[in-house]
Amino acid sequence: MTETLIKTDNPVLKVRDLSISYEAGKFAVKDINADIESKAITAIMGPSGCGKSTLLRAFNRMHELYPDIRTEGTILLDEMDIMKMSTIELRRKVGMVFQRPNPFPTMNIYENVIAGYKLNGIKLKRSERDDIVEKALTEVTLWDEVKDSLFKKGTFLSGGQQQRLCIARALAFNPEVLLLDEPTSALDPISTARIEDLLVNFKKDYTILLVTHNMSQAARISDNSMFMYLGELVEYGKTDTMFTNPKDSRTEGYLTGKFG
Amino acid sequence: MSSDKVTKTVLFSASLLVLIVSAGIVFSLAKGSIPAFKEFGLKFIITNEWNPTSGKEVYGALPFIAGTLITSILALIICLPLAFSTSLFVAEYFRNTRVANILSSLVDLLSGIPSIVYGLWGFYTLRPFIIKLGLSDQGFGIFTSSLILAIMIIPYATSLSTEIIAMVPDELKEAAYSLGATRLEVIFHVIIPTASSGIIASYILALGRALGETMAVTMLIGNSNVIPSGLFATGNTMASIIANQFGEASGLKLSSLIAIGLILFAITGIVNSLGKYIIRKFS
Amino acid sequence: MSVNNIPAFIDNIDGRNKKNKLFLGLVIALSVLTVLPIVLIVSKIIINGIGQINFNFFVQTSPDSLQAMSAIANQETIPGGIANGILGTFLIVIVSSAMAIPAGIMIGIYLYENQGRRYSNFLRSTTEILQGVPSIVLGIISYLWVVKNITNGFSAFAGSVALSIMMLPMIIRSTEETMKMIPNEIREAAFAMGTPYHKVILRILIPTGFSGLSTGILLSISRILGETAPLMMTALGSTIINYNITKPTSAVPLLIWEFYNDPNMVKLVWSSALFLMIFVLTLNILSGSLSAKRKTGRKK
Repeated sequence: MTETLIKTDNPVLKVRDLSISYEAGKFAVKDINADIESKAITAIMGPSGCGKSTLLRAFNRMHELYPDIRTEGTILLDEMDIMKMSTIELRRKVGMVFQRPNPFPTMNIYENVIAGYKLNGIKLKRSERDDIVEKALTEVTLWDEVKDSLFKKGTFLSGGQQQRLCIARALAFNPEVLLLDEPTSALDPISTARIEDLLVNFKKDYTILLVTHNMSQAARISDNSMFMYLGELVEYGKTDTMFTNPKDSRTEGYLTGKFG
Repeated sequence: MSSDKVTKTVLFSASLLVLIVSAGIVFSLAKGSIPAFKEFGLKFIITNEWNPTSGKEVYGALPFIAGTLITSILALIICLPLAFSTSLFVAEYFRNTRVANILSSLVDLLSGIPSIVYGLWGFYTLRPFIIKLGLSDQGFGIFTSSLILAIMIIPYATSLSTEIIAMVPDELKEAAYSLGATRLEVIFHVIIPTASSGIIASYILALGRALGETMAVTMLIGNSNVIPSGLFATGNTMASIIANQFGEASGLKLSSLIAIGLILFAITGIVNSLGKYIIRKFS
Repeated sequence: MSVNNIPAFIDNIDGRNKKNKLFLGLVIALSVLTVLPIVLIVSKIIINGIGQINFNFFVQTSPDSLQAMSAIANQETIPGGIANGILGTFLIVIVSSAMAIPAGIMIGIYLYENQGRRYSNFLRSTTEILQGVPSIVLGIISYLWVVKNITNGFSAFAGSVALSIMMLPMIIRSTEETMKMIPNEIREAAFAMGTPYHKVILRILIPTGFSGLSTGILLSISRILGETAPLMMTALGSTIINYNITKPTSAVPLLIWEFYNDPNMVKLVWSSALFLMIFVLTLNILSGSLSAKRKTGRKK
């Protein structure tokens, strides 16, 4: 049984009856209904195979990269149906950070941050570009660390720094929503903590959706949490409430480590 | 000596065979060329004449070096868009589908056809076609031979670059898509830069193959011992002149042909080594 | 604090989408164009060649120009066949294989057993260079080594020497690759049982890698079957069936070349080409299916 979130004014994203299948009859995600609170961190949790990544990727239609996908239902971004938007426009408003840091190896740090613009063929003046790069890197607290090596390739950066670079790259477009797919699972605890601090800071400007298999991470930084199981949205509510008083036995089972 | 030591020695001695044969090739080519170089000096390489009239024999390699380089490079240029498209088809757009496998197998078949069969097809089908198009009177010449050569090297240009393109990590492509890139943009801004050295190496290796091709080119190039004067003019290549005249050559002419063989060996060796070096350096 | 406000983009979403679709169309069109030649070539050979193939084709030797000319004048099938070519090719290939296969396997095993050594790397590089030597240059070499010095005249053996040098690098490479795919545990288990080295090679490594080795061998044979240029200056050709490797021999590609140069024999060109092509493609397909079987077999 799914649950639409407690009333918030103008949720930035609305999911209505979303179902995604990869093969006839096999649903990765089924009948999802939810409102995503604007300028808050919403964590999506669940055991492996529960569909959390598929759901996350639906928000910027990355799930369509795979063949034989069937999507039913709608997702509204600012009241506009994202299935009817051009993916190019959508992906400027909804940015993504992946599990393993993936800076483009043939580009230097500067070029990586500005890569979104280059890929889209958007011409900017040199000063505009410099501004964007500096602001994005400052936002991820990477500026001081790399400002003297902007034109070197990012391979010398540590995993945590590379991931922050990828976040900067996603932020360069000033998106409304930031999707993060287990962004710290490949990183050490210190880098993880640093990125978690960043995300908490970002709340004021961006809506954040965070898939995580780390329950304590969800508990630490998220405002709202979704628990998914076998493709269904089992429970969805304020993180504090859900963790202390889960309504569904499956949620409780997951949170207490009985499975997952 | 224990039997194991014997085995090891046998294997090691076998390995020497490669070195002996290779050294032998260089040595024999050099030795055979000496009379020609003694007579004509190093200018042999840039002499633009091939005159077997006895009494005033003058031999020079330039027309043939020119013919080989022009046909091979032109063949590479023609083959490039075709091979590149096929690589993208198989490794990116239709990866792992049945169509891609069929296409891949068909392209592989191209490499199984012997050179002389290509020559036959070129002579009996391609040549009349070129004549019909009004591009040339007889249909022989640089263009026709480059065209057939291009077809012959497509499988070599395709196979390696397909592998390399397929190896570009999915996560890089996904990152680009998530930033709003179209497929075309992902190909040109991410896949190609990442795979660039492998792609270049495969074309260099294809060039190496083209340089040494003999039969098909011999049958279509027109066999005139001059530097070709235009795209549809006739000419000759190093491999062809050797194939055509070696059997009955002797003396200075034989030595000149061997010298041309040495030059061909050197050029092919350099090109192939360059290709292999690029692959090794970037993998 | 958010990043600067990006105004409405001055960019071109429609244009980009259009370019995207156009490019895909271009890729598909060019890919189809790429396979067009093979379809054309194969069909031309089959259509033109099938008419001349009959039983005699395989058992009789090649006709001479006069016989061919009168047959055409009378609108009959040209008499004779390519038996001298078939058997000549057979002879040359067998002798080449006898030289190249044992040597190639031994060297491949040497490389496999001595990975990482400087000598091995040097050897491997030399093998790669050898593989790139044009076949016509190998013809020159065999002429200088064999025709001039060993058999004192054109001979099948000279042809075999040239072709075996062509086969060698391919067999070396495929042997080394095959050996690398054998799980190390098998090799170590054999040694741990005290098996002498040569037995490990002959009884364990080679049988285990048999399919991979065969693929390499089949491929290298299919490669040399169609070679013409090096044979022109070594085996030379012959009108009769010959089993003496010190004498000139015919070969199918050489016959094709002779037929091509004789206006009366043109019809025979296609049937010989058809024969050659079928042989080569069969070997290619066989080795392809062998390696496919190997891959699926492993997955189980």
